Amino acid sequence: MLTKRIIPCLDIKDGRTVKGINFENIRDAGDPIELGALYASQGADELVFLDITATNERRKTLAELVTRIARHVNIPFTVGGGIAEVEDVNVLLQSGADKISVNTAAFKNPGLVDTLAREFGSQCIVLAIDTRFEDGDWYVYLNGGRVKTDRKAFDWAKEAVDRGAGEILLTSMNNDGTKQGFAQDITGQLAQNLHVPVIASGGAGTMEHFVEVFENAQADAALAASIFHYKEIEIPALKTFLYGKGVNVRF
Amino acid sequence: MKTAIIKYNAGNIRSVQFALERLGVNGIVTDNPEEIMSADRVIFPGVGEASTAMQYLKERKLDQLIAGLKQPVLGICLGMQLLCRHSEENDTTCIGVFDLEVKRFTSPVENLLKIPQIGWNNITGLHSVMFEHVPENSYMYFVHSYYAALGADTVAITNYVINYSAALQKDNFYAVQFHPEKSAEHGSRIIENFLNL
Repeated sequence: MLTKRIIPCLDIKDGRTVKGINFENIRDAGDPIELGALYASQGADELVFLDITATNERRKTLAELVTRIARHVNIPFTVGGGIAEVEDVNVLLQSGADKISVNTAAFKNPGLVDTLAREFGSQCIVLAIDTRFEDGDWYVYLNGGRVKTDRKAFDWAKEAVDRGAGEILLTSMNNDGTKQGFAQDITGQLAQNLHVPVIASGGAGTMEHFVEVFENAQADAALAASIFHYKEIEIPALKTFLYGKGVNVRF
Repeated sequence: MKTAIIKYNAGNIRSVQFALERLGVNGIVTDNPEEIMSADRVIFPGVGEASTAMQYLKERKLDQLIAGLKQPVLGICLGMQLLCRHSEENDTTCIGVFDLEVKRFTSPVENLLKIPQIGWNNITGLHSVMFEHVPENSYMYFVHSYYAALGADTVAITNYVINYSAALQKDNFYAVQFHPEKSAEHGSRIIENFLNL
């Protein structure tokens, strides 16, 4: 039986792991390769690396980092952050990334999703959406949550899936950094209506939150960062807890 | 020992090379027929689309070369599907080592099936030297929309709505639908077992 996935997320800047609390106040939380390998050995099912470096050397630096990760980590990993061109994707996949995630660039140019899916296959194209609930609905935000759009998250997710996105990584900005739990409503809406896996992100604070998002919202995977980086929740204990609650997980 | 990884227009080849590297083995990525023929072990990896992959292989006559290999060959994911007789994916005639049809997952009416299957699923009914020291019900990482049905050559089974072939074996040909190169230590063990055949 296919299991629910636990995915630690590592934000990367200039080759180091950082984590923004509510997308601000960045703190250093270690070396990405060591941390990634540690999570893999603890039973993480996948890893996500989000690069927030904004320099001209970015593409080269990131490709080198991806190669180092691919050499050392024996579970699948996704790389995202500022990916806007087919050539970016080509370089990252050639360097050993299993999947890439696109966000703002795909929203601004939805044809990018079609192109990437055709060129590399849907299975390696993850669409990341940052969303905030306001005025009665969930809206798409761009540029790391700084720019509001008038597009509803569900509509954009559906369009992207139709265009070939193979997975949706959904981050609720309302929940991110709060440790009050995942956004179950929008996660559930996507997970139960789209025919691709949905990764819930933002708000994990307790092990019970993971049970809720898997059982109630029916998310296919759950992603978290700080609670893992600061060892507030350790993956082996989380998996044991989930198993005890009847959630199908890998050991 | 020389291990060749067949180079063609499919993704994921680097990951296989790195998995070998973690086992202390230098895998040579090549589409050179002599290099492939002279290798002690041949790995046929791949993530991609069946018809374009077959077209690429045919143009270079690699399809016939692969079918005729006598040393141990390991097909992975698309590599396994291409070793079957035919794939529903764009109605593609494949290499035909395994007499099996590759079909697309179909969602039952009553509930939504996510396609591709992405993630960790367990393998059962293990009976191949590939699985020595790999426990029954081990979890492996799968990413695929098409599957090989069950048949005489099935040596491991996985369920995703239906039971299908997670692994196949016939003569010197071994094949797995999952990605051993991405399946943590049990996956690494399968690769090691293959290299130690």
